[in-house]
Amino acid sequence: MIKIVNLTKSFEGHKVLDGINLTMPTGQITVVIGKSGVGKSVLLKHIIGLLKPDSGQIFVDGQDMSLLTKRQLRQFKQRFAVLFQGGALFDSLNVFENIAFPLREKTRLTEAEIAKRVRERLVQMSLTSEVETKFPDELSGGMKKRVALARAMIQEPEIMFYDEPVTGLDPPMTNTVFHLITRTHRESGYTAFMVSHDIPEVFNVAHQVAMLHKGRIIAAGTPQEIQNHPDPMVQSFIRGEVDFLEG
Amino acid sequence: MANLVRQLGQRSLHIVSEAGGMLIFLLESLGLALVPPFRPRRLLKEIYQIGVKSTLIVMLTGAFTGMVMALQGYYTLKQYGSEGALGSAVALSLIREMGPVLTGIMVSARAGSAVTAEIGIMRITEQLDALDTMAVNPIQYVVMPKLLAGVIAVPLLTAIFDVVGILGGYLVGVVLLGVSSGSYFAGMVRSVVPLDVYGGIVKSLVFGLTIILVACYKGYYTRHGAEGVSKATNQTVVLSAVLILAWDYVLTSFFM
Repeated sequence: MIKIVNLTKSFEGHKVLDGINLTMPTGQITVVIGKSGVGKSVLLKHIIGLLKPDSGQIFVDGQDMSLLTKRQLRQFKQRFAVLFQGGALFDSLNVFENIAFPLREKTRLTEAEIAKRVRERLVQMSLTSEVETKFPDELSGGMKKRVALARAMIQEPEIMFYDEPVTGLDPPMTNTVFHLITRTHRESGYTAFMVSHDIPEVFNVAHQVAMLHKGRIIAAGTPQEIQNHPDPMVQSFIRGEVDFLEG
Repeated sequence: MANLVRQLGQRSLHIVSEAGGMLIFLLESLGLALVPPFRPRRLLKEIYQIGVKSTLIVMLTGAFTGMVMALQGYYTLKQYGSEGALGSAVALSLIREMGPVLTGIMVSARAGSAVTAEIGIMRITEQLDALDTMAVNPIQYVVMPKLLAGVIAVPLLTAIFDVVGILGGYLVGVVLLGVSSGSYFAGMVRSVVPLDVYGGIVKSLVFGLTIILVACYKGYYTRHGAEGVSKATNQTVVLSAVLILAWDYVLTSFFM
C-alpha cells in the first residue's frame, strides 16, 4: 500500500502541491485526474523519488520513503517500473535493446533467456518481430508507448506508475493502450498509480479515482462515486466544461 | 547604481554557485568511476565518439596551424638571418601552446557541443529519469564514461595535432621556402626538452576534463525543452573556450 500524508511542494514560490493525502491500496489501480498543469506528474515524481517534498511523507508498505538510505532507495526502485509520458525510450538503442535494457543492467540472465523474454513481451504488446531492430524515432506514438510498456513489464514490477499513458494517441490507440494496461494488471496483479486526464476512459481502468485541483485532492473514491460526486468542480471537469478548463 | 551593484552581486553568486555545482558534479562522477558496475564498452564507445570522430578535424587544424606558423616564422626569422631556428620555433609553439589549446577548442566545438545536446535531449525526454527509476545511476551510466573518454582522448588528439602541425610546418618551411631539412629537425631536437612535452600533456589532460565536464554539466541540468538544449549547447562551447584559455594561462605560469 502507498500512503501519501500532507505532501507539499512549491516551485519558485508557487505552491503546486498543498497538503496531498491519498492512499493507494495494494493490487489496485489508482488514477489521479485533473486538468493539465495542476501537478499530477509532480505528485507521481515524488512517489518514484525523482522529486523531494518540501514537507509531508510518502509511505510504501509502511516504510517512510524519506528515511530510506541510498541503498534502500535503489532496492525500492527495483520493485517498480514507470511508463513515462513520452515513453522515454533510449534514442541510441533499438527496440530490442530498449526492452532488454533492464534485464541486461539488473540481472545475470543469459542473452538467450533475455531474447526469449523480450520476444514474449513484444507478443504481449501485439508488436511484430520486425520492430525489434527499429530505433525509437522510427516508431509511431502508439508503438513507442507499447515498447515502453514492454520495457516496464519485463521488470515484473510490484508497483507500476503511468504518467499520462495515452497523451497524444488517437482514439483506437488510446483504447489499445488502456486495454493492455488492464490486461497486464489482470495477469500480474501489480499495484498501479496513474495520472491522466482522459475522461471517460480512465473510469473503465481504475479501481479508485482521485481528483487533484489547486494542489489538493478534492475528491477520491470508486469511478462510480467520482462520476456521481456532488462537487461542481469534479462534475465540471468530467463534463469538460469550458469555463472550468480555462479557469 | 544600487541596481548595478545588485546585478553584479547576483551574477557573482550565480558564477560561484555554478562553479560549486560543477565541482560536486565532477567529484560525484569520478567517485562513481571506482564503483561497480564497470561498463568498458560504454567507455570505448565514448572514446570513439569524442576521440576518433574528432581526429580528422584536429589533423586539418594542426596541419594549417603548422603551415601558417612556418610561414610567419620564416619571414620574421629571415630578418635576423635565423631561418635555421624555424623548426624549433614551430615545434615549441605547437607543443607548449597551440597544440593543447587549439585541440581543446576544436574538441569543444565538435564533441563538447554534441555531448551537451545528447545529454540535454535525454534530460528533456525523461530518458535520464527513466534510468534513475530503473535503479541505474544516470551520472554513472551517461556522464562518467564521457569524462574518462575526454581525459583519454584529448591528450592523444593533442599529440596528433603536434605531429601533423610539425609536418605542416615542414611542408611550408622546407619544401616551399627552402629551409634546410636538417636544420629544421635538428633545431627541434635541440630546443624541445621533456618539460615542454610534460607541460603539453598536463594541459591537454586538464582541457579534456574541463571540456567534457562543462558539456556534461550543461546537458545534465538542461531545462525548458528544445530552446534550453540550444542554449546549453551554446554555453558549453563559449564557456569551454574561455576556461581553456584561462587554464592555459594558469598552467603556463606554473610550468615557466
